[in-house]
Amino acid sequence: MSMFWTIWISVITLGSILGCFLLLRWCLSNDTGVEEGASMGHVFDGIEELNNQLPRWWTILFYICIVWGVAYLILYPGLGGYKGVLGWTSSNQGVLSLEESKLALQKDIDDGNYNDYALQIKYANEKFDPIFAEYAKTPIELLAENERAIQVGQRLFLQNCAQCHGSNAKGAASGFPNLTDNDWLYGGSGDKIKETLILGRRGAMPGWLGSMGEDGVAEVVAYTLSLSGRDVDLGLKEAGKARFVICSACHGIDGKGNQILGAPNLTDNIWLYGGNKKTVTQTLYYGRNGVMPAFKETLGEDKVHVVAAYVYSLSQSK
Amino acid sequence: MKNPHELLEKNVGLLTVLILVAISFGAMAQILPLMFDQQALEPVKGLRPYTALELEGRDLYIREGCVGCHSQMIRPFRSETERYGHYSVAGESVWERPFLWGSKRTGPDLARVGQRYSDEWHRVHLMNPRNVVPESNMPGYPWLSENTLDGEYIVKKMEVNRMLGMPYEDEDIAGAVAAVKGKTEMEALIAYLQQLGTHLK
Repeated sequence: MSMFWTIWISVITLGSILGCFLLLRWCLSNDTGVEEGASMGHVFDGIEELNNQLPRWWTILFYICIVWGVAYLILYPGLGGYKGVLGWTSSNQGVLSLEESKLALQKDIDDGNYNDYALQIKYANEKFDPIFAEYAKTPIELLAENERAIQVGQRLFLQNCAQCHGSNAKGAASGFPNLTDNDWLYGGSGDKIKETLILGRRGAMPGWLGSMGEDGVAEVVAYTLSLSGRDVDLGLKEAGKARFVICSACHGIDGKGNQILGAPNLTDNIWLYGGNKKTVTQTLYYGRNGVMPAFKETLGEDKVHVVAAYVYSLSQSK
Repeated sequence: MKNPHELLEKNVGLLTVLILVAISFGAMAQILPLMFDQQALEPVKGLRPYTALELEGRDLYIREGCVGCHSQMIRPFRSETERYGHYSVAGESVWERPFLWGSKRTGPDLARVGQRYSDEWHRVHLMNPRNVVPESNMPGYPWLSENTLDGEYIVKKMEVNRMLGMPYEDEDIAGAVAAVKGKTEMEALIAYLQQLGTHLK
């Protein structure tokens, strides 16, 4: 903040405090020409105004407030560019990029500056980092048996994952997978789950209305539903089987999917976007684009490790 | 005059004027300097003007009253940054007119909701929030996917924003109508939401 504005703010602020002080002194002096305690000469509704002093307790409070105000302005930043004796800040407000913020925060922690946010982070790092570091050393499959770690993982899950996967992790509406059924799009080992969380996933099912036409899609839908043992028109099914060669590039010749590509298993009657005929037809018409966001930046690797253990535990318990 | 204070006590007009003068000292010390303070005026490095579609989305955010339940202001407390991400900084809001910081959190803060969920999640959620979050008490906004934009005012809006400091190029404004015309309000609102908080990088 420039010197001009520092002076501007200081003059107004200190001037106001001085003004309050002078106003108080003035109001305490008796220049009404009437003796203390005598009548001012008004009566209204039987109530008479007497020339009394301001109450003593109120006057003292007023003085205390003035002293408090001045002391505060000496200790804390309140006068433009003046930083205050304590050097207190709430956070690094002027940062222009995440990198800059990270460096400034670390510097404040290292130098022990009186930055309120940095102090909170420092306290939390000292308290929680060793716990997460300890968890990070344990393989996910083993960590899933650690009850305390699972409780931590569940809290993180509720905060970061439940919006899509539901607070019970059973998934939601269309396209948000159930995580409790041990049916995995990208693999259900601890490391695979962690990879999904760190990097995110982009599921891409192309639309086939253009190349197959409505009739072609109807045939493939029939065949696809039959893979899960559903009753379908046999004629359509046979025609669909021939067309399924195209689909098998991702879903496999047997329709059991491919976890490297995130292509769902089509034979288990578990449906990501819904398994009724209409919905499957929609999926084939227009395709689907599933998005799992990456959590590397949001949570950091150590916390992701614990969330992965929680997610892993969900399909192991039964 | 024996008792000058009597002048104030008996003259309400004068009392009002002097009260306003006294209060204005606060504004002059707290508000006025920030209008000229470099730190409050310098954009963060990644800041860019809203695209035409995002700007329309922002106006829908205002129209639907989102700001009544969602703040866009992450305070510098660890309890907030753990949940929402980096605290909000002044340089992210330099072109905001009016700002939508809000002060009511019936729902979560949205200052960094951008890219947190997929477009599809937002679509499902705005149609009926309970389809993805069964515990939610947010209302659905299904009409957003039915109403389409005609782009009638978008050029004017961008010109006013440019006048106020948002650095639009002539070609941004020239292509604005084409960029929004025929798009649904849903697409516009999602475009706005998906960029929130993504400029501090």
